[in-house]
Amino acid sequence: MTDVLLLVGTRKGLILARSDEARTRWDVEPLRFPMNAVYGVGVDTRPVTPRLFAAADSEHWGPSIFHSDDLGKTWTEPDHAPVRFPERTETALTRIWQIQPGPASQPDVVYAGTQPSALFRSLDGGETFELVEALWDHPHRPNWEAGFGGQAIHTVVPHPSDTGKLTVAMSTGGVYRTEDGGASWAPANKGISAYFMPDKYPEYGQCVHKVAAHPTRPDRMFAQNHHGVYRTDDGGGSWQEIEHGLPSNFGFPVVVHPHRPDTVYLFPLTADAERIPPDGACRVYRSDDAGASWESFGEGLQQEGFYSSVLRDAMCVDTADRAGVYFGSRTGELYASNDEGESWQVIARNLPDVQSVRALVV
Amino acid sequence: MDVLVVLPGALRQFTGGESKVTVAVPDEATVGTVLDRLGDELPALHRRIQDETGVLRRHVNVYVGQTNVRDAQLLDTPVPLGSDVTILPSVAGG
Repeated sequence: MTDVLLLVGTRKGLILARSDEARTRWDVEPLRFPMNAVYGVGVDTRPVTPRLFAAADSEHWGPSIFHSDDLGKTWTEPDHAPVRFPERTETALTRIWQIQPGPASQPDVVYAGTQPSALFRSLDGGETFELVEALWDHPHRPNWEAGFGGQAIHTVVPHPSDTGKLTVAMSTGGVYRTEDGGASWAPANKGISAYFMPDKYPEYGQCVHKVAAHPTRPDRMFAQNHHGVYRTDDGGGSWQEIEHGLPSNFGFPVVVHPHRPDTVYLFPLTADAERIPPDGACRVYRSDDAGASWESFGEGLQQEGFYSSVLRDAMCVDTADRAGVYFGSRTGELYASNDEGESWQVIARNLPDVQSVRALVV
Repeated sequence: MDVLVVLPGALRQFTGGESKVTVAVPDEATVGTVLDRLGDELPALHRRIQDETGVLRRHVNVYVGQTNVRDAQLLDTPVPLGSDVTILPSVAGG
């Protein structure tokens, strides 16, 4: 029987939830890593037994990355800090925002995106990481500003077949990409607005909230920006607006369907200055034509008086044939759809605010 | 000399459950010396106290006897013979 495991990182710890193939009844387990903010969770499906990751940081005791090789029963961390800045940087790690396994052809490569904005790469499956020096030394770095959540690389998108290519996104700063395995980096924000800057279309400085791509069509990426929803079809060479039909172009997550590269999910919020869903209705928006049109889905979701929001990594899909879609809110509700996002049920309530969600079909 | 380091409950997972550990340091040691020695023996514990730049984490307090080292000479605070070093979390968070 197929099982589904959900990793839910919250402001005060990690929650695991398990279900069978139907994904209608969920066993929600007790909080792990209490009082640690879990901004990044990750699933590496390349080992025979998938490896799970949780990036946990304590306000008192600092950040670390834990991993589990028994589907979440036990968790371990290295004695020495798995992610640490080299001495020459005179910088201390604040938080790990993203844990992203590399492509299948590099089975031991795992990436970590951090605050302050930096990219780290592991060559041992995510136990120890090294700074990607060329991005840290990029001449633009002094001009990357902190958003409200801090200055971080929050998104890492590896290319599935070309190991030289990698895309990262940061707030603020925008999208950067390498085509030589990280030896050099260039901004990739052409066409993306930075309405909050004097030059509305700068080379870099955009406030991108999330970028997602489908592995079978890696040059097509979707971006949810700080006001702006975009698509690129040339790996970030240029971006086009895909906002028509949305109630707002503001929001945080963007997620691509596991099997259909033209199907993408968003959770729009009214505006920068009004970070609540339009009309107080909890609704997920889905496009099945790569952003040309959008349809909203709210069955099972609260349609009046919903004033919460969904953060950049708090929405995901599973890889079941009939894809499951999941999201958690800042007010601690965790929702699941077993029909590709068309209807929803509540898995849990009253969790700490949800920061990150990932699903694994076992 | 041996210095007794007293730990809060949250850090005892890194000492096998022990609430106190003893580290051997030269006479006339400082807090920095004691923490460095602690890091040699228990790196997973040490990185909860100091970040990779060596700075004491913002919400961690270190006492020599009754003195908070933030009110003394931070990592250069002397540890006299017979003094304990106590690690405590500050009152913070929500």
